[in-house]
Parts: sequence; C-alpha cells; structure tokens
Amino acid sequence: MSMLSLQNIAIHYNKVPAVHDVSLEVNEGEIVAMVGGNGNGKSSTLRAIAGLNPLSRGSIFFDGQDVTRMAAHVRTGLGLSLVPEGRRLFPKLSVEKNLRLGAFTRRDAIEIEQSLDHVFELFPILKDRRLQIAGTLSGGQQQMLAIGRGLMAKPRLLMLDEPSWGIAPKLVTKILDTIQQINADGITILLVEQNVKRALEIAHRGYVLQTGRIVLAGSGRELLDNPEIQKAYLGI
Amino acid sequence: MSGEILLQTILSGVLIGLIYALVAVGLTMIYGVMDIVNFAHGEFLMFGMYSSFWLFALFGLDPLVTLPLTVLMLFALGLAVYQVVIKRITNAPMLSQIFATFGLMILFRGIAQFLWKPDFRTVENSLSSGKVIFSGLHFGLPQIIAALGAVLATGATWWFINRTRLGAALEATAQDKEAAQLMGIPSQRMFALAWGIGAACAGVAGVLLSTFFPIFPEVGANFILIAFVVVALGGFGSVSGAFWAGIIVGVVEVLGGFLLGPEYKLAIVLALFLAVILVRPQGLMGRAQT
Repeated sequence: MSMLSLQNIAIHYNKVPAVHDVSLEVNEGEIVAMVGGNGNGKSSTLRAIAGLNPLSRGSIFFDGQDVTRMAAHVRTGLGLSLVPEGRRLFPKLSVEKNLRLGAFTRRDAIEIEQSLDHVFELFPILKDRRLQIAGTLSGGQQQMLAIGRGLMAKPRLLMLDEPSWGIAPKLVTKILDTIQQINADGITILLVEQNVKRALEIAHRGYVLQTGRIVLAGSGRELLDNPEIQKAYLGI
Repeated sequence: MSGEILLQTILSGVLIGLIYALVAVGLTMIYGVMDIVNFAHGEFLMFGMYSSFWLFALFGLDPLVTLPLTVLMLFALGLAVYQVVIKRITNAPMLSQIFATFGLMILFRGIAQFLWKPDFRTVENSLSSGKVIFSGLHFGLPQIIAALGAVLATGATWWFINRTRLGAALEATAQDKEAAQLMGIPSQRMFALAWGIGAACAGVAGVLLSTFFPIFPEVGANFILIAFVVVALGGFGSVSGAFWAGIIVGVVEVLGGFLLGPEYKLAIVLALFLAVILVRPQGLMGRAQT
C-alpha cells in the first residue's frame, strides 16, 4: 500500500478550477517529483495534501487513513510536513525559534534536541546563525531553515514546494543533494520543482502536470529521456 | 516653575502611562494575532472595574485580593466573546469586523447600565489607599500600586509571548497563520487565547484603576481612545512598543495638561496620534506594512 494516495482530486479557487483531476501515489522511501510549468496546479496540489486548500472533489489518503477533511494542523501531527512555496518563515523570530516551532506537535524534549542537532549537522550555517532573525538571512539560508523547520516535525513524508526558488545556482545543487540525503535517512519526499532536469535526476518517479491534469508519469529516467519532455522543459 | 513640580508631573504621567500601556497591550495582542480592532476593549476594562467593585461592596474583599478571580473571569469573557461572535467574522470584510466589535461595545455598556445603573461608584478605603511622600514629591499609594501592577502584568505578558512554547505559537500565528498551521499550530485556539489574554490585560487594568478612578458603564471610553493612540504609537502588534508608547502618552498627556491646561489633555494626545500617523505610520517598534 502506498504511503500517500490522491484519488481524482479537484481544487477550485472562487469557482475557478486550479486542479481538474489529479491522481497520484507516493510509496514509502521514494523521491517523487511533480514537474510542469508555472500555474499548472503543482503548488495547489501540495497545499491540498497539507490541508491548506479544500478539495472540491476526490480524496486524499495518508497511510491508508482518509485525511481529506482533516485540518492542516492535525495532518502535521500524522507525519505529513510541507515546506511551502516562498519558504514562509516567521520573519521576526530567530533561526532557533523557527526550528523549535517546527517541532510544535512533539512533546519528547530529548528527541527534539536530537532533531535540532541533526538539522545543524545538515546545515551547519544555521547553527552559526541560530540567534539571527530569520528575515535577515540570505535566500539560500532561508531555504535551509525552511527545510530544517520542516524536518523538526519528524515527518514521514516531507513535501517541498520549489526549494530552488530564489537562491543562487550553486546552492541549488547543495539543496538537492541534501534532499537526497534526507531521503537516504528514511524520509519519503514529494518534490515540486520548476527546475525539471535537476528534479527528475534525483527522483525515483515523476509526474508531469499540465493545466491541472497529470499528462505523463514514469520513472525519473524515463521522463528525462522522453522527447516531449526534452522539447517542452529541457530545451533539447 | 520649579523643577520639583515638573518632576512630579512627569512621574505622575509615567504612573498613569503604565496603566495605558497595559490596556494597550491587550488591544495590540488581539490586533497582532487576528488583524481585528477590538472596539469593545474599554468594556473589558469596565467589567474588570465592576468585578472589583462588587466583590468589595458585597463581600468586603479588597480589589488586590480578588485580582486573580477577576483575571480568570475576564479571560473567560474574552474566550466567550471569541467563541460566540469573533469566530464568525474571522474572514469577514473589515467593515463587518468593525461593526461587530463596535456592537459589542454598545451591548456591554447597555448591560452594565441595565444591571448596575449609570451611577458613579467608588471603592473606598481599600488596602491601597493613602499617600506616599518621597523627597518632596507626593503620590497616591493607589496610583503607585496600580503602576507596579501594570508593569508586572505587562512583563508577564511579554514573558509569556517571548519565553514560552505557547507564546511562540501565538507569535507565529500572528506572523503567518498558514505557516503556523503547517507547524501543527491550531489557529482558532490561538485566536481564542489572544482574546482571553487581551481581555484579561484590560481586566487587570480595570482592577488596578478601581481603587482611585470612578466606576461607571461608560468608563471604558476614557481609555479606549488613548489605548488606540498607544497602539498606533508603539506599532500595531508590538507588546514592548505598547509599553514604551504607554509611558510616552501618559507623560505627554499629564505634562501637556499641566502646561497648557487640563482641558487640552485629550487634544494633545490626539495631536500626538496625528503626528505619528503622518511621520511614522508603522509606529515606534512596528514593522512597515508590506
């Protein structure tokens, strides 16, 4: 049984459809990428999984449990964590406070400290900056903090929306490497990226969204080799 | 004018300013977390005063003794107001929100008039009556105790927000409600908490005032206008901003009244308000609107 399963979901904003019909599966241990151009419903889908967008049709199952109507803050406690588009840090709070807020659903003080150490191992710069106000970090550091904050919830499924948005190209490689490392530590990843090539390179499987529908699915390799993808997204 | 009188005036301003700060802290907290301006905030203060008065008049208990009870009652009232009214207008247009809290203000005043008549009431001979003479300066003991209590209550609120897990969750909700939900923080409970704490702050201020200020149904009007000025000056949503701004407004009010005449007190405070809006709309410690 898959860890996450979306069954024919549709999302409307003020009656305007953003997602028409999306079904997808994420299995435990995978990195799954959702790719496609801007405005095709990728972010809307992630937000719906996190519970921020209500569905107008379809259902969402996490670990076999129907979470379709569950409030966003409850889903986080189940092990579903979203690192949102644009990072959405708490800009006036310190790096450390942002990270500790990520662990809000947890009560195990000792394990929270261990998670904090783990995040500082992944992103040593955050340890140096732990007392700095989050809003004053550089773009790349903010992205690291956003991912670290997502990890503090001790998620089983980590969803990342455009982790390469607004950061220096050199750092993109570092961020994507880290995502692979997080996955190797046993956390399942659902990734949305406009950087189609890089995303499909690290993904086990991928889905291509166009105007709110899934138009292609396959392994990362298959999609990279697909001539249509190469023409539409990779400029080959 | 002698330096002694000037010093006396400034210190009197500081004393009342600390109360203004506490009233404004409650107002700024509700605004910071929910972006809703609570026009009924002065009525929370009024209920705090009446709670003090009745517990004193009926059972002979001193306002300072019954303070914890009043705090609990006002906290509960804040929660109830959120659950019954505010929850329904969370996502409503701003005009609806203004009408809702303005309506609450009228309702609460009406209730107070109906139940307790429009008479002025006072708490006589409480524990904190008397005068303190301090190197030639005269202060009422009630004013000094009230100011100390206000500092403690404001400090406790600041400590809660900045040093506790729940306070951090409240602050996170104020900064980005959706992101806070993603952390597993229930927004509605944070909103309810903000109303509870906001009302409790106003209630504490009411209790502290009850030993030297007349108690009547419209008493909130004397404080709400000034609280708005303090919130605007300190920066919407900022507790530490409200603290310093409260002191500034208190001093400006008392000093201005002393220099120009007491009838100009409120005009001077409102002139300060206009100046703030023109020169520094985000307030002393507020963030600029983005």
